[in-house]
Amino acid sequence: MKSDIILSGVGGQGILSIAAIIGLAAIENDLYLKQAEVHGMSQRGGDVQSHLRLSSKPVHSDLIPYGKADLIISVEPMESLRHLPWLSASGWLVTNSTPFMNIGDYPPVEDILSRIRQLDNHKIVDADEIARQIGSARSGNVVILGAASHYLDLPFESLENALVKLFSKKSPEIAEMNVKALRAGRNA
Amino acid sequence: MQKQLLLGDEAIALGAIDAGLSGMYAYPGTPSTEIMEYIQSSEEAAGRGIHREWSANEKTAMEAALGMSYTGKRAMVAMKHVGLNVAADPFINSSVTGINGGLVVVSADDPSMHSSQNEQDSRFYGKFAFVPVFEPSNQQEAYDMVSDAFDLSEKFRIPVLFRITTRLAHSRSAIKRRPAIPQKSFQLPSDPRQFVLLPAIARKKYHALLATYESLKYDNRLSKYNVFKDGKNRRLGVIACGITYNYLMENFPDKGPGFPVLKITSYPFPKDIISDLTSRCEEVLVLEEGYPIIEEGLRGILDNSLSVYGRLDGAIPREGELNPSIVAKALGIKSEPLFEVPGVVRTRPPSFCKGCGHSDTFLAVIDALKPSGALGVFSDIGCYTLAALPPYSIINSCVDMGASVTMAVGAADGGLRPSVAVIGDSTFTHSGMTGLLDAVIKNSPVTVIISDNSATAMTGGQKSHATGRLERICEGLGVEQEHIRTIVPLRKNHAENVLVMQEEFEYQGVSVIISARECIQTASKRRKAEVSKNLSSEQ
Repeated sequence: MKSDIILSGVGGQGILSIAAIIGLAAIENDLYLKQAEVHGMSQRGGDVQSHLRLSSKPVHSDLIPYGKADLIISVEPMESLRHLPWLSASGWLVTNSTPFMNIGDYPPVEDILSRIRQLDNHKIVDADEIARQIGSARSGNVVILGAASHYLDLPFESLENALVKLFSKKSPEIAEMNVKALRAGRNA
Repeated sequence: MQKQLLLGDEAIALGAIDAGLSGMYAYPGTPSTEIMEYIQSSEEAAGRGIHREWSANEKTAMEAALGMSYTGKRAMVAMKHVGLNVAADPFINSSVTGINGGLVVVSADDPSMHSSQNEQDSRFYGKFAFVPVFEPSNQQEAYDMVSDAFDLSEKFRIPVLFRITTRLAHSRSAIKRRPAIPQKSFQLPSDPRQFVLLPAIARKKYHALLATYESLKYDNRLSKYNVFKDGKNRRLGVIACGITYNYLMENFPDKGPGFPVLKITSYPFPKDIISDLTSRCEEVLVLEEGYPIIEEGLRGILDNSLSVYGRLDGAIPREGELNPSIVAKALGIKSEPLFEVPGVVRTRPPSFCKGCGHSDTFLAVIDALKPSGALGVFSDIGCYTLAALPPYSIINSCVDMGASVTMAVGAADGGLRPSVAVIGDSTFTHSGMTGLLDAVIKNSPVTVIISDNSATAMTGGQKSHATGRLERICEGLGVEQEHIRTIVPLRKNHAENVLVMQEEFEYQGVSVIISARECIQTASKRRKAEVSKNLSSEQ
């Protein structure tokens, strides 16, 4: 088994939480794992990405080679396209449709979405709206993870377990809310 | 023991705790910050009574670590690569004095300058100071090497430089721990003059250091951290340093490369093993993250070799960090066609957080400068450097920690009016205070605006040494009381703040304006912590 995943978004949108959930689930399944993160200046509203690599064999590089990613999971639509050179020809792109507009020249959202639709393997989900509907507006990142879970070579229960383990430290209510968000994303 | 998922930085921190560390010293700097943060948040470190407070800057951190070593105990000091420039004086001389308790100096390089002003290669400092250098290729190695670095340090009575780069620092992987060993006991140096670098003593010690360096070279022949693997295809051999080894192996997932490969993660250069490789291959490709140090060594000054490839001939780009795809290209491995980044994607540079106090400070600076027609201000290193970007575009310098103050002094000498520096609170206590003293001594017509957010914000909101002390520090340095002004950078105070700035810009002496409002990130973290504390006390 090998799964190379690019996580993308804007600093502060919670891609490191997605990485932590998948990472914990991977460990539970005895997989090897490397996860390269962005810390520092870019976190201030700039574009951020994380390379997450799971495998049944030891992983060499912390970075995914160009053209080898099996999956791009993006919390923001324009950011999903920034990392396209990493996606393999058969890879999937799963993205939130709600833009994060903190720059003056943000392109029309429809231009972005129509470019995403040109890919054979894509899934666009309005994660912000789904999160709002279930009463957990800040769980958009977990909704996207749920939507991407179909393309992750991990049992869905492992993701749920990891989520509970991570968020229970904060409070059982927050953990429960996030499990709801994960399921809503999976069914979207 | 169970495996733990740790960043490279955290693996080093845990490695140090388990190796009997007694003191951790550091100033925050990407990508090194998480080493100290891990030790600060570790209950085991607390239980073991490990000293773990931030230092004012990298120089004070290095010196305090040397002091801990003086007592016979193990000390680690961590910084980003440019921090080692600040700490260079004690670092270089600590190799001449030698150590007592084991001393490991971690320098985290940032090739591609993700969060830095240059991409200098700390391995140069190893050679410069005649100390051994470790350069782990992965997180487990980083963990394991710390303990060996302390042992090596104590064996040769010399500090060990531990060089990592951004990718390792900020990438997570599972770590297997070893049982922790106890801390060393208090034991002062047997030679009371060991740390006295008077010329007569320093000459002897330097002589001994050069001999030690030769022994280190000999010792490093046998290091388990330099691994030579022969291969049948001997047209090309590859030397891969540190993390580049992974980028090489990534391209041969199933059978391995089939050609000779030398993995180097321990310096000084293991000459004998390098010649094992070069003697049996027609050509050699050198992979190094950072500067082409080994490549230059192989080429020599005359560089008449036609058989060495690397950064200097363009086989590998001269600048920037490496990755598996760059290595594949250098090896002639063909890539399949890739998707391109669509034209619709715009750049998204970092920006001030919504409601950030720095932003209101700079908006006032912009208006206050208007009547003078000044083009901008000197500034420094921190979140506030973002004022170099639109819509502010108001800062004209970001060079090194504290340089804004002293550049303003020099520019005032050259005739610039008003000569204004904007510096953060933590940067000011790091290296701005001495420059302000220079200004006071010559009564330089400068205004220093300290944008005080009560935190070392850019690296994640660590405690600032300046908090609650700025006025007294400036007064103590000799700035006149009536020219130490405090303002609160809020939109509603804008007109008033502009006036204060203009008054001080006109004053032909040293003035300081403390523009104080807490970082909104640390404020929100603090409020959350308070809420959860209140909740738990109610239960």
